[in-house]
Amino acid sequence: MTIVRISDDVLALACGADAVAAAFAEVGCTVERVSSWGMHWLEPLVEIDGIGWGPVKPGDVAAILCGTSDKAIGSIADHPFIARQKRLTFARAGRTRPLNLDDYAATGGWAGLNRARALTPVTIIAEVTQSGLRGRGGAGFPAGVKWRTVAAAPGARKYIVCNADEGDSGTFADRILMEGDPFALIEGMAIAAHAVGAQAGTIYVRSEYPHAIAKLNAAIDLAAAIIAPFRLEVRVGAGAYVCGEETALLNSLEGKRGEVRTKPPLPAIEGLFGCPTAVNNVLTIAAVSHIMRPGGGDLYASLGTGRSRGTMPIQLAGNIRHGGLFEAPFGLTLYELIHDIGGGTATGRPVKAVQVGGPLGAYIHPRDFALPFDYEAYAAADALIGHGGITVFDDSVDMGAMARFAMQFCAIESCGKCTPCRIGSTRGVELIDRIRSTPRQADITLLEDLCETLKDASLCALGGFTPYPVLSALKHWPGDFGR
Amino acid sequence: MSLDAIIERHRGREGPLLPILHDVQATVGCIDTAAEAAIAAALNLSRAEVHGVVSFYHDFTATADPRPCLELCRAEACQARGVEAMVAAAEAAAGDRVRLKPVYCLGLCSVGPNARIGDTLHARLDEASLVALIGQA
Ligand SMILES: Cc1cc2nc3c(=O)[nH]c(=O)nc-3n(C[C@H](O)[C@H](O)[C@H](O)COP(=O)(O)O)c2cc1C
Ligand code: SF4
Ligand code: FES
Repeated sequence: MTIVRISDDVLALACGADAVAAAFAEVGCTVERVSSWGMHWLEPLVEIDGIGWGPVKPGDVAAILCGTSDKAIGSIADHPFIARQKRLTFARAGRTRPLNLDDYAATGGWAGLNRARALTPVTIIAEVTQSGLRGRGGAGFPAGVKWRTVAAAPGARKYIVCNADEGDSGTFADRILMEGDPFALIEGMAIAAHAVGAQAGTIYVRSEYPHAIAKLNAAIDLAAAIIAPFRLEVRVGAGAYVCGEETALLNSLEGKRGEVRTKPPLPAIEGLFGCPTAVNNVLTIAAVSHIMRPGGGDLYASLGTGRSRGTMPIQLAGNIRHGGLFEAPFGLTLYELIHDIGGGTATGRPVKAVQVGGPLGAYIHPRDFALPFDYEAYAAADALIGHGGITVFDDSVDMGAMARFAMQFCAIESCGKCTPCRIGSTRGVELIDRIRSTPRQADITLLEDLCETLKDASLCALGGFTPYPVLSALKHWPGDFGR
Repeated sequence: MSLDAIIERHRGREGPLLPILHDVQATVGCIDTAAEAAIAAALNLSRAEVHGVVSFYHDFTATADPRPCLELCRAEACQARGVEAMVAAAEAAAGDRVRLKPVYCLGLCSVGPNARIGDTLHARLDEASLVALIGQA
């Protein structure tokens, strides 16, 4: 009997995977629903004995089964998009059934947790620190240092909170991991809890991700006995981008408005319900599950460049031919990522701009595509890696409109706590509108001033980083502002 | 499920307010002043506190909208793939019958433009397929 493997990731579903699966089942094939390989332009991707076809429609089934389909891509694992990657956090992508405990255990699952349980928290934290793992939610703060603070903080009750708010447009790696390999996140949460001394953990998932929420809840039920006495639950956000900011997230978990808290106190000292709390991104926590395996930390530390160690799950999005998930050691240039790996734009037109790091990230001009993917290199170029999303635009984009959108997004999502962000963002939209109808140097100077104020006087990065996309657009594409 | 049953289901949890509001919004379609008052009384909060939370989050609404709702992603990656050029046609197709709600990223940013109806997602939309989707909503 032919075994056909098709992803049940929501991206595959949105591209019609269920109808393809039904068509194979109808002709007597056994269909296994697996995670996604992350080659999104090929979804729905069909795999039979390691060979792939994509993107498949129900009408392609007969040709695939008799070997005449022109949608064949050969061996999936050897496809250049996969072969060029170094998949550690996404090692199981495409290869396992998301909610199958046997698949998980057979691919090294629980090895990190079992090893960690035999170690002291001090040793675990030292290993995570030595691996060089930095927070993947955006700020790049060393995970081990945060954990040490929580572990050392006084208090009997401590929490571990996973930030799965993934609000940045152009990013989806958290979602793919939660849907495709939920046990890896659960294992990482259990290790983190042991390391910091937390009895309970929460995964805060945005409400835009119903499939991830369902998979996580099912996976937590299946794994409850394995991670006991540690308790884990999923909480659902309510459509506020700012709740991805860790202190707003904690307020939301406490049932309050998602307003940003002033620091200090750090959440590591006074976090959820006033208790010491480690807040980490999905990718940070999932990485711990392989870092804690025998040799995992050394392998991680051996990859990357400078102070950016290990691998980064990069998300190729927007107007790109080969979009999807590309996990690789730090150091790749934008040129390699967009042209060699991504194949240029989907429309076939020239690339005009890319935004790296979500809605608060700078727009980068093709002349700067030699920039290596590295936290420090980006910071030095007034840009940010953020959560690793790369959104590509072709030459039809109007960068004045994108700058306006950045300000408007800040106005829509501002938590309202500080004046520059709450009022300044709305003034920014009006100013950009004025510049775009009648460009005047005085208004441009005013916009630059406003951005300086936002940068200097905002409490969090929503107001503080919105100037990145605005000023980079203004600097690199003055023509789009009527200049 | 009744309001009382929803409150009862969550009141023992740490931070019960958002789970309660989610369930009320899902069952009733809104969180009106009467529901705010009942939740506030049950959780020992002021109604102003509950109202402050309800009004903060985009997912919660004070009045119900019985129309079918299509959420259309208007964030950067879907803009890069051409969603803005489809908005006028979508609005015309929706008219007053369908609620067209802008959202900012559905996590399918490599295959946009994307939309969501309930828990079903739709990718690789063009103007014709978006208009058809709105027609079926
Ligand atoms: C406006 C705003 C939105 C954010 N959104 C997210 C998010 O969706 N996911 C995330 O992990 N971190 C987000 N962050 C960063 C978090 O505040 C925090 O740094 C992170 O969760 C820490 O985890 P890490 O050290 O593992 O990265 C956001 C920050 C800001 C200011
Ligand atoms: S910068 Fe904006 S989002 Fe951040 S705390 Fe201030 S008002 Fe809230
Ligand atoms: S930007 Fe539209 S789905 Fe992410």
